Amino acid sequence: MHELGIVKHVIRTLNDVAAENNVRRIGSVTLEVGEVSGVVIEQLVDCWNYFREKDELVKGAPLYVETLEAVTVCTACDKTYGTVAHGKTCPYCGSKETYLLRGNEFSIKQIEAELIEDAPETE
Amino acid sequence: MIKVLELKMTVTDSNDRDAEALRNDLKARDVFLINLMSSPGSGKTTLLSRTITDLKDRVKIGVMEADIASDVDAKRINALGAESIQVHTDGMCHMDAGMTREGLDGMESIDSRIVFLENVGNLICPAEFDTGAHKNVMILSLPEGDDKPLKYPLMFKKSDALVITKMDAAPYFDFDLDAVRKRVKAMNPDIRIFPVSAKTGEGMDEWESYILSEWEKWRNA
Ligand SMILES: Nc1nc2c(ncn2[C@@H]2O[C@H](COP(=O)(O)OP(=O)(O)O)[C@@H](O)[C@H]2O)c(=O)[nH]1
Ligand SMILES: [Mg+2]
Ligand SMILES: [Zn+2]
Repeated sequence: MHELGIVKHVIRTLNDVAAENNVRRIGSVTLEVGEVSGVVIEQLVDCWNYFREKDELVKGAPLYVETLEAVTVCTACDKTYGTVAHGKTCPYCGSKETYLLRGNEFSIKQIEAELIEDAPETE
Repeated sequence: MIKVLELKMTVTDSNDRDAEALRNDLKARDVFLINLMSSPGSGKTTLLSRTITDLKDRVKIGVMEADIASDVDAKRINALGAESIQVHTDGMCHMDAGMTREGLDGMESIDSRIVFLENVGNLICPAEFDTGAHKNVMILSLPEGDDKPLKYPLMFKKSDALVITKMDAAPYFDFDLDAVRKRVKAMNPDIRIFPVSAKTGEGMDEWESYILSEWEKWRNA
């Protein structure tokens, strides 16, 4: 299942980020997911809610998901259009020679982080 | 203190780092790793079997089977005399760099050879996760249809080469090879395309020469 793998990778990535940024605990995580990324958001959140409890860093942290619009490009007329509204057929010229330009992205947008109190700075 | 950290990281960032590290480690051991990706049943194992038979006198070959279809595939490869290992993906839909490294560690000897990774049969997830391979090859079988590039653009964009298998079945399908070339090149101008039939042997020479020459280039780089 795709969602399971994604959640594991998100948690790993967050642990790397935490180590590099002096983060003690994460309060919330916001993802950006393309409209046609194929990820089932409810399933993703379920997986998240299950796995976050096994990881000290993200224990209890809610997952927020923001969706990004999908855009398709037509190779016949070079125009772009909204994928969800028009699917594979270009609304300008009717060509089916089209492919997805964006809308399948999946990224970690931001986190709320509780930082480890800074070590006294050496001037 | 609570602070908002803007990350804008893709989920695959940690994997991308693992993959780069693996690629470098393999270079030091003279192991050229080729990642094969396709839908299930597109002919990966059959293509590999023929490729091994044809090339085994010129280069040592190893195979890592990650396709979930049991260990039947590893047995087919072992029978040809190339070392192969079946890795267990635990239901994952793709191989990532960490799993690839573990799989390679499980092989008896991999130094100084070409290792093929038969990735999980799926056109979506494997395209997103760098395995640490030096070359990515996509396999499309003719019966799957000439519109696949429009359905799975990422896979075609990420591949260095596209092998179109089962060309011997051309008389039975409306498969427009030129349309595929056009569609794929529009997304990825540098991709190399090899129409082959592992059954009749058509196109196998070009595909095998490609592997040998890319291997040479990589070794001398
Ligand atoms: N006609 C024809 N059939 C092929 C060819 N290559 C593979 N097949 C058949 O396609 C089926 C799946 O092949 P396999 O190599 O196991 O696919 P994999 O799942 O991608 O490893 C088998 O029945 C093969 O005999 C080919 O070049 N021509
Ligand atoms: Mg197979
Ligand atoms: Zn158009």
